[in-house]
Amino acid sequence: MFLLSTIAILTTIGLALIRAINGPSTYDRILALNMVGTKTTILIVAIGFLTNRPDFVDIAMVYALINFIGVIAMLKYTRYGQFANSLDPNKTESENN
Amino acid sequence: MSYVLDILSWLLIIIGSYFSIVGAIGVLRFPDFFTRLHAAGLTDTLGAWSILCGLMLQCDSFLTIIKLILVLIFIFFTSPTGTHALARAGLASNLKPWKKQ
Amino acid sequence: MLKPRALSLFIFLSIIWLLLSGHYNPLMLFFGLISVLFTTYIATRMDLVDKEGHPVHLTWKIPIYWLWLLLQIIKSNIQVSIRILSPKININPEMIMIPMNQKSDLDRTNYANSITLTPGTVSVRLDESGDILVHSLDNIFAKELKAGLMEKKIKNLGN
Repeated sequence: MFLLSTIAILTTIGLALIRAINGPSTYDRILALNMVGTKTTILIVAIGFLTNRPDFVDIAMVYALINFIGVIAMLKYTRYGQFANSLDPNKTESENN
Repeated sequence: MSYVLDILSWLLIIIGSYFSIVGAIGVLRFPDFFTRLHAAGLTDTLGAWSILCGLMLQCDSFLTIIKLILVLIFIFFTSPTGTHALARAGLASNLKPWKKQ
Repeated sequence: MLKPRALSLFIFLSIIWLLLSGHYNPLMLFFGLISVLFTTYIATRMDLVDKEGHPVHLTWKIPIYWLWLLLQIIKSNIQVSIRILSPKININPEMIMIPMNQKSDLDRTNYANSITLTPGTVSVRLDESGDILVHSLDNIFAKELKAGLMEKKIKNLGN
């Protein structure tokens, strides 16, 4: 059954990669990236079970957190072109862009 | 007892695999970015949780179960936040939502 | 100086450290104690240990809400998967404004997160006035959200 879950996750990642390759906008690609990241977390756990090494769960835990930060950083970078500046709270959304 | 756990585990993993693959198909089939978000939500919620719960039933050590529950909680909190940030960024960059003709 | 909430954060972090590390010799326990104390000190200094940052008052109520939310999530998962697999895609997406009467930021976050977690509805923008812009996949999901059962549940949860 670990093999089944691994194959299912790999299929999902493959389908998401197709969307990442021909997605029309940048945000479609980041959406696919987000999906691949979540699935990778579970893939690490499943492979840990498949090869009988439960230490992999620790790596999966760290990966779950890094994936989230990575997506947020990527979104910020695509919007502002840099990581340094943040939104000015006194301006409206359209003025900030 | 382990027989029951095995069957439950199979059931959960099959459900999870079904929902993740269907979500991925939805990401490919749906017409625009905002509708694709819903399909991605399918893989991030029930697909991920169900596979993780199925694997959890196969654990023999207590510490591993706790770690898997923590992974589950991280996904539970971060995935809607990430989806919301994506949707907001998409709206702010003037992506037009697809309308039914 | 020592607030009850900081104490509860200390206990919480200690339990997590004990569960995650798996080392129980005295030296490691000592290091763990130092790191937990340091984290609690930093969190207190940054004013993170308040009702929002460490919501202990929700501990007993929120699992019941999460069970209800899980049922909703399973229901809407099935509905969305039917729409994905139907041979001709039959969806009617729309943007709707949902009024949000929650006062505290914690409840608002909870509400927006719950909306996003159920597939079929995604919260797109939270306005200053307290309204929330939701993108829904089909009329059914929008109708269910407008009925306002989830909002009532969250209101019972808070305070």
